[in-house]
Amino acid sequence: MNKTAMYDLEQIKALTESAVHGCRLELVPNGSAANQPSLWVDNDHALAVARFLRDDPALCFDYASNVTGVDWPDVTVNETVMVKKVIAGVEQEFDVPRAIVKPGFLEAVYHLYSMRCKHGPLILRLRTENRTGQTHVPSLTPIYRGAEFQEREIYDLFGIVFDGHPDLRRLLMWEEFQDHPMRKDYRAPDDYEYEPTPHGEILEKARRHYSPEVKHG
Amino acid sequence: MNDELRTELSRQGLVITSLEALYNWGRSNSVWPLGFGLACCAIEMIAASMARFDLARFGSEVFRPSPRQADLMIVAGTVTKKMAPQVVRLYNQMPEPKYVIAMGACAISGGPFKQGYNVLKGIDRLIPVDIYIPGCPPRPEALIHALMTLQKKMAAEKLTGPQRARHCQTATPSEYPAPQFGAHDLEPAFNPKVWQPTKVERHE
Amino acid sequence: MVDFARQPSAGRPFPPAGPNPNERYRIVAQPSENGGLQSDLLEVSMGPQHPSTHGVFRMDLVLDGETVVKLKPVFGYLHRNHEKLAENMTYLGSMPYTDRLDYFCSMTNNWAYALAVEKLAGLQVPERAEYIRIIVGELTRLQNHACLVGFLLQDLGAMGTPLMYAFREREKILDLFEALSGSRMMCNYLRFGGCRIDFPEGWLEQAKKLVAEFPRFLDEFEALVTGNEIVLARLQGIGVLSPELAINASITGPMLRASGVDYDLRKVDRYGLYDRFAFRVPLGDHGDCYDRMMMRILEMRETLTILDAALRDLPEGPILDPKSKLRGFKPKPGEAYGRIEAPKGELGFYLISDGSANPFRYRVRPPSLINLTILEDLCLGHKVADAVVILGSVDIVLGEVDR
Repeated sequence: MNKTAMYDLEQIKALTESAVHGCRLELVPNGSAANQPSLWVDNDHALAVARFLRDDPALCFDYASNVTGVDWPDVTVNETVMVKKVIAGVEQEFDVPRAIVKPGFLEAVYHLYSMRCKHGPLILRLRTENRTGQTHVPSLTPIYRGAEFQEREIYDLFGIVFDGHPDLRRLLMWEEFQDHPMRKDYRAPDDYEYEPTPHGEILEKARRHYSPEVKHG
Repeated sequence: MNDELRTELSRQGLVITSLEALYNWGRSNSVWPLGFGLACCAIEMIAASMARFDLARFGSEVFRPSPRQADLMIVAGTVTKKMAPQVVRLYNQMPEPKYVIAMGACAISGGPFKQGYNVLKGIDRLIPVDIYIPGCPPRPEALIHALMTLQKKMAAEKLTGPQRARHCQTATPSEYPAPQFGAHDLEPAFNPKVWQPTKVERHE
Repeated sequence: MVDFARQPSAGRPFPPAGPNPNERYRIVAQPSENGGLQSDLLEVSMGPQHPSTHGVFRMDLVLDGETVVKLKPVFGYLHRNHEKLAENMTYLGSMPYTDRLDYFCSMTNNWAYALAVEKLAGLQVPERAEYIRIIVGELTRLQNHACLVGFLLQDLGAMGTPLMYAFREREKILDLFEALSGSRMMCNYLRFGGCRIDFPEGWLEQAKKLVAEFPRFLDEFEALVTGNEIVLARLQGIGVLSPELAINASITGPMLRASGVDYDLRKVDRYGLYDRFAFRVPLGDHGDCYDRMMMRILEMRETLTILDAALRDLPEGPILDPKSKLRGFKPKPGEAYGRIEAPKGELGFYLISDGSANPFRYRVRPPSLINLTILEDLCLGHKVADAVVILGSVDIVLGEVDR
């Protein structure tokens, strides 16, 4: 597997930050054996960063291989907090459990390669503010034409709205469809039918579907 | 008529038959399928019509592009909800007598993609099916077997009397309503006159 | 560098700006050409049931006579939500579903997925298994390219005969696959870290015999097809794709190389053990449909050299990495993107693992869908019959486009 032959990710980050004024890039590490860390780009400068990466003669990332949407749901982290309370005149410290909700977001991941210089991949990430209302992200279709259909698919299945896309409408589902099916909290319509040996989640679905007729006993 | 008499007469060059048998013999040996493949099973259907398995010797040489000229629709592959209204419309456009073969697990019941939000769990939810071929994908020999079964079924159909074939009865419809695209699912999700969900009695 | 933003439609503006805003679809031809003939634009939906759309694919065409003025592809008629299903299944459980992506080439689909998971988990593949993968992958490429030329000629109107020749060879290759994996088409043969089962007795001899006889079929095929004057007249100069647009539109595979761009993943990434094999990468000059068809024929010849060498030099050894686990496979949290040169283009799998047995995100990078990005650009100004041929030369399989 080709590593980014001449530069590594730190160097690319430094070059981009010096070329595109005001952009904020953050390195997102990758824990697996693949050793493919990525760069999180802020939404305001994403278009300029992509243009620089494509047009720079040394970096020359002219080929957007893959555009993926990812749904990161809200993560509830349970932690304990030390709280001081006065009980019977004596100040004592208690460990109180508290659930902190880290807000989720939607993400678009771009895998960039270079056809001319034959190196890659460079992975860019664009994130939305949250999963509910602010799901706008700039479209990189003006820079990489190949992202056109893939961004439409992400809009269809995840609900990320790409600003600046020439033709943003649903790709795979029909126009009247309302939901965004690839989200983690999507519930498929209940057109379930007889399942001979249900267990686990399927048993729950079957119970919900057939509850008047199921005899428990 | 006595079979021995029939054989003796045929040896003399005289064939005795009934109009029904003759009509069904002609129909069943020239079944023209609609050229309609959806997914992977379509490739096995094409392979069945190619040189090694050769569907042409059964009379199904010509796969008609237009439903108006076809009398068999082989639903080969997964029927998705986006495609389902089109399948029903194609079925409606076929003239009677028409038959449907559901080829492959996906057309029978949704197959391996059954947990899909876009997958119709079987084409028999919307149109009546005559032959089901299990398999994923079924071998071309299985498709040939299904065609032969259909030929037997067609040859055994009666044209008159209370047991007459579906297309000879005026009460049975030959067109079925195509579902509309709803906000979350097809509307209606299935046609109650064609398919009813199985009643479940589960004792736990 | 030029921005390949959506270009305005070639020819007359659409919708035409006439004095009457209600007359959106009425344009008046130039009086010198047609003598002042009033003509309408015709909006036609081609598909999803059509003999030549290679599956359930729909094109909304707007035609001026026979000339294509606008083309909007419509997908989703085979969307079987493979990616959502994979989030509820284990990694190995998704392997049979990858067969059904590009249903002509199940072995290469398996290979791309196995490569991505091996990258994610850091598994090594033993040498014999790599050779086996190359052998079955290249056999898949052979039958895919042969069938593609057959289907393309069927779109031209040669109703079935070239396809019959191609399917005759394909059946021989499918016999080999069936003997090896149990199934003709949906092989489900590769595993993470190797292959499922070794060659049965007599398989190698039969494969060598097939590879020895294949050039004769190719010569016969080429003699019938490439010099044929109808093929030349109908394919040359149709659907010309410039290399700059091809790179920017993320086109990969034979379609890219027909436009002259030298990017073959077998040479660039050198995955598997491809750097041990000496094979050439054919490149096209014009980027038209004829070049795309010739790409496939030339690649078939190069594939035969690879197969000759692989079958000859096949080493002994294990076929599965001893560290790979078939049950209880839980890779460490992280992500990986693995890609191969599938017969249709670059097939990639992007996997995000959260440490559990099911992937958190499973994404297929479909070459067929992305190669269709510029379908409208290629077809504008051509006739409807040419649009059919251009679609045929792009080589799509709907299982991959819609997943």
